[in-house]
Amino acid sequence: MPKKYGFVQELIKNRTLFLMLLPVLAYFLVNNYVPMVGIYYAFVRFDFNTPLFRMDFIGLKNFEFLWRSGKLTELTYNTIGYNLIFIGLGNALSVTVAILVSEVKSKWFKKITQSVLFLPYFVSFVILSVIVFNIFNFEHGVLNTVLKALGADPVDVYSKPKVWILLIVVFYLWKSFGYSMVIYLAAITGIGEDYYEAAKIDGANTFQRAWHITLPMLKNTFVILLLFSLGTIMKGQFDLFYQMVGNNGLLYSTTDILDTYVYRSLKVTFDMGMATAAGVYQSLFGFTLIMVVNGIIRKINKEYALF
Amino acid sequence: MKIKEDRSSVWFQLIAHAVVVAGSILCILPFLLIVSASFTSNASIIRDGYSLWPKDFSWEGYKVIFQVPDEVLRAYGVTSTVTVAGTAIGLLLMTMAGYVLQRKDFKYRNFFSFFIYFTTLFGGGLVPYYMLVNNYLKFTDSYYALIWPSLMTPFLIILMRSFIGSAVPDEVVESAKIDGAGDFLIYWRIVMPLAVPGLATIGLFLALHYWNDWFSSALFINDTAKYQLQFYLYNIINTSSFLTSIGAGAGIILSEGIPSETMKMSMAVVVTGPILLLYPFVQRYFVKGLTIGAVKG
Repeated sequence: MPKKYGFVQELIKNRTLFLMLLPVLAYFLVNNYVPMVGIYYAFVRFDFNTPLFRMDFIGLKNFEFLWRSGKLTELTYNTIGYNLIFIGLGNALSVTVAILVSEVKSKWFKKITQSVLFLPYFVSFVILSVIVFNIFNFEHGVLNTVLKALGADPVDVYSKPKVWILLIVVFYLWKSFGYSMVIYLAAITGIGEDYYEAAKIDGANTFQRAWHITLPMLKNTFVILLLFSLGTIMKGQFDLFYQMVGNNGLLYSTTDILDTYVYRSLKVTFDMGMATAAGVYQSLFGFTLIMVVNGIIRKINKEYALF
Repeated sequence: MKIKEDRSSVWFQLIAHAVVVAGSILCILPFLLIVSASFTSNASIIRDGYSLWPKDFSWEGYKVIFQVPDEVLRAYGVTSTVTVAGTAIGLLLMTMAGYVLQRKDFKYRNFFSFFIYFTTLFGGGLVPYYMLVNNYLKFTDSYYALIWPSLMTPFLIILMRSFIGSAVPDEVVESAKIDGAGDFLIYWRIVMPLAVPGLATIGLFLALHYWNDWFSSALFINDTAKYQLQFYLYNIINTSSFLTSIGAGAGIILSEGIPSETMKMSMAVVVTGPILLLYPFVQRYFVKGLTIGAVKG
């Protein structure tokens, strides 16, 4: 490649392409890069009507408050814990079901079940909260209706924090596994039929074919999905948690994540110092985590590293 | 030669069918629960609890909603406008970007891909974002506040990029170039028609996101007339004042009792219905449109 062939030449040569890309670049610049400047909010005494750089600089005071609230460890623990469970169980479940669906021979059966399994993805989180409430509310939820019919005592699920770990995981899987399942299914559909034919001739049974052909072929898809979910390991499924739990303080010990905490500080308790500090902590901690994980992956296998 | 199916294959088929059927039932039960409750009389819900089949069939929930439909229809209007506008704009911009980023003769495609992807790794957090939209862009209480935040995501752009990359052969683009077609013309006349499954899939995700969005309203909208449908529903469920206002509009005084339980369920059905109707139309493109390649170009 000629040495002088730089950015300007490329800009002139591919000006139409640059123009077509420009709106998206501008959007991410304004929407995502500009707010990074706002990290400075965490270091000032917040005042709604003063421009950012004229607010009083107070150093790490906000972070001190956040640290002294004693919630940081719990929030971090909850956020990462849930995400690891989501990533692990979510992928395991959707790969398994995708393989099973792909093995089903009848076409119409495949089509119908595939649609039905994807259905929960269409439901908004507001509706999800309605469903959860339908099943678990104390007065006339399905669970207690059944329990009463069986002669057992009704249970007040909304005051039992431990149960919500299970509920949140179950409803997360219920709502979102269809999506990644279809992505895996698409990848399976893309695998050449001849691989399977050859394996059949070699005498491999269905289990062996799934294990030795399908699974390895899904590795690429898995890595990409993993990449995107690792990027958000410090961000929770805000909608899920906030809609399922809401502002029910009884359940915070097991269900409060950084996102819900920041949102409440911003919109409910109006504690801006806390909200910004927690937000910055979330971003930096998450970013560091990704860099470390990426470094490790790079050492093991360069091909799978993010960058 | 016909290859004989062994016994394990038969087992596999059985297990596959059983698991898939069980999963499907689990996925659809909660829907039935809501639909059933929406057709049950309020008294019956309070007395017997929710059930999978209405014990005491009644329209009262729907009746109350549609007696004074103004507020629901307004929320419908807001959400529909935002969904259509946001999906159209987002789809156009993201497909253009996806097309450019997969062009192998575009030198900086990896750099720009990373520029976009990096935003999933690091950000300013919620408060700076809130301040940006509220204080600097000044979108508060306008439709912009509802459209802008969800317009595009890195994931959908990468999805579009790999879809175009695999659906449009390089030779097609090359030969069009030799025929003298400009880059935009190639995109508009050749790439777009070939990318229909990708467009349908990503368009559906975008539309779904806009339709189900309540967060933008929660953050940026104070004017109840601009509440999105989902946020309107959220308020009905969570604040009794909303119920009272609907009840008052419908000529029901609170002491007589609004059929609140069944009304919430009817509302849930009314809110979810339209987006479910969209599904069958795009469903056939689905598996094709969701093929993802690598993040790196």
